[in-house]
Amino acid sequence: MSAMKKKKIITYKTWINLYFIIMSVTFILPFLLIVTASLTSEDVLVKEGFKIIPPFIDLTGYKFVFRNSSEIVRAYVVTTFQAFFGTFLSVLVMTLCAYPLSRKDFKFRKPISFFVFFTMLFNGGLIPTYLLNYKYLHLGNTIWIYILPTLCSAFYIIIFRTFFQGLPISLVESAKLDGASEIRIFFQIILPLSKPVLATVALLTLLTKWNDWYTSLIYITDSKLYTLQYLLKRILQEVEFLRLMANNTPAGIDINFVEDTPVETLKFAMCIIAAGPMLLVFPFFQKYFAKGLTVGSVKG
Amino acid sequence: MKKRKKKISKNSLKKNMELLLLTLPAIIVYFIFSYIPMFGVIIAFKDYKAPKGILGSAWNGIENFKFFFTSQDAWRITRNTVGYALIFIAINLIAGVFVALLLYEVRSKKALKFYQTSMMLPRFLSWVIVGYITYTFLSPTMGIINQVIQFFGGQSIDWYSKVSAWPWILVITNTWKVIGLNCIMYYAALMGVDKAYFEAAQIDGANRLQQIIHISIPSIKPLMIVLTLLAFGNIFRGDFGLFYVIPRDVGVLYPATDIIDTYVYRGLRTGNLGTTAAVGLFQSLVGFVMIVTMNGIVRKVEPESSLF
Repeated sequence: MSAMKKKKIITYKTWINLYFIIMSVTFILPFLLIVTASLTSEDVLVKEGFKIIPPFIDLTGYKFVFRNSSEIVRAYVVTTFQAFFGTFLSVLVMTLCAYPLSRKDFKFRKPISFFVFFTMLFNGGLIPTYLLNYKYLHLGNTIWIYILPTLCSAFYIIIFRTFFQGLPISLVESAKLDGASEIRIFFQIILPLSKPVLATVALLTLLTKWNDWYTSLIYITDSKLYTLQYLLKRILQEVEFLRLMANNTPAGIDINFVEDTPVETLKFAMCIIAAGPMLLVFPFFQKYFAKGLTVGSVKG
Repeated sequence: MKKRKKKISKNSLKKNMELLLLTLPAIIVYFIFSYIPMFGVIIAFKDYKAPKGILGSAWNGIENFKFFFTSQDAWRITRNTVGYALIFIAINLIAGVFVALLLYEVRSKKALKFYQTSMMLPRFLSWVIVGYITYTFLSPTMGIINQVIQFFGGQSIDWYSKVSAWPWILVITNTWKVIGLNCIMYYAALMGVDKAYFEAAQIDGANRLQQIIHISIPSIKPLMIVLTLLAFGNIFRGDFGLFYVIPRDVGVLYPATDIIDTYVYRGLRTGNLGTTAAVGLFQSLVGFVMIVTMNGIVRKVEPESSLF
């Protein structure tokens, strides 16, 4: 009897594991396809199509990316700068705002909270926003367009505020008795205690900024300011663009070389290069994710 | 005595000023980038001419709205936006909860981590890269799906011109990208449930299924309600990346892929700003009404979880 019961339990656990293994494959395999495509030689790819396992490993695509790298290096610099500097500024401004909102004794708590959270409910829409940023503030084709308009997210301010509210108020009060200013209390007491939530929001912001292509699509026409993802997006749709890129190589390089551009392989090699950094921080995210999510989203 | 009181209030004013100073950068950012565009919606009521600017252009009442609502596009993009949103809400709820419940049954720490990590993988890829992935499946000449079709002797299909396939493609792609986060939120909520409930139920002779129905589901119900109602609040907003990058902005596919957000973007590109701003205002207003209504409902059903 007991043996039978045990056997039954084993089979139902096995089914669940089997289910998840199949599911994991459906999540990983499509991604592996682009990895494989980047490692397949151009003629095999064009002749035989995409494969899960490459017949042999071919690095031509990557070699091309690195040989004609000026566009990509520039996009890398733009992406890295706007993602890291943007995230830093963004987290600074949001925490500075969230801290007073977490203090019950702050006089303007209610009106400022309303001012901030109302933006989650209503916005002007794309057209007025575009006209303001482009025509009136002249942020189009500048690096600031990536940073300034998206500095604050009301949702993350709520997450910060909720976390700060959970910190013991007595810490603030004793520091005040010692004569510390609010600004000092914030930087020396509150922030060091808030590492988990800082890490969560910072990583999420970084992820969003790294993967941003929409801002370039709307506001950038100067190819020097393209982000990586936008460069990729253009290349996905325009083979011509890619040929142009290959044509931009300095004079003195064999012209045959342009003809031989492994367009398809090159695309996928770039794809991997653009996704790389975020996949590297992936494990860090994982660690903080569950913590951060339970802090922010699950109120009850 | 009086003097002391005055001193305290002066102190508290000073303290409030310090705190106010901290919020100032955010207030300025919101004022410039969120509130000024709110006033910009008047462009929806104007016959906008670029050289004249917003204020200089002539008023034309509700002409822009009339023009949009009598066009064929109005029905198409509204139907697509809302239709896809409803499908996504249903899938996110049902699949999210289902997978979270199954995940909760996995006891091996290593396996758990592997499953969670693989499910979250798409969340780390941009829509552009997901676009490349769908291309490896759908490419007319090289794509995996056509290879399979040909292997079984069928005719390969040009997916980027086959309208009827796109609702499926978009739904599958979206689910693939977002299910991980959704499921892990429900899973986190399940982890918060006191294990004693399950033990007590086990002693009373409840099997796994009964435990799920009577303990697991009721305990994540608040989260189910909140996430679903919030999604309803955003029913008029589509994910631009999904609808623009994945179908590659191919005109033939618009009947199945065009939503309000992509329509507004095209309006911006073609310079038809008045009508497009009207569509955007329509979207914002309906969104506003939806969120306020949904929040009202949440407040009635789950007072703890309401947004405001």
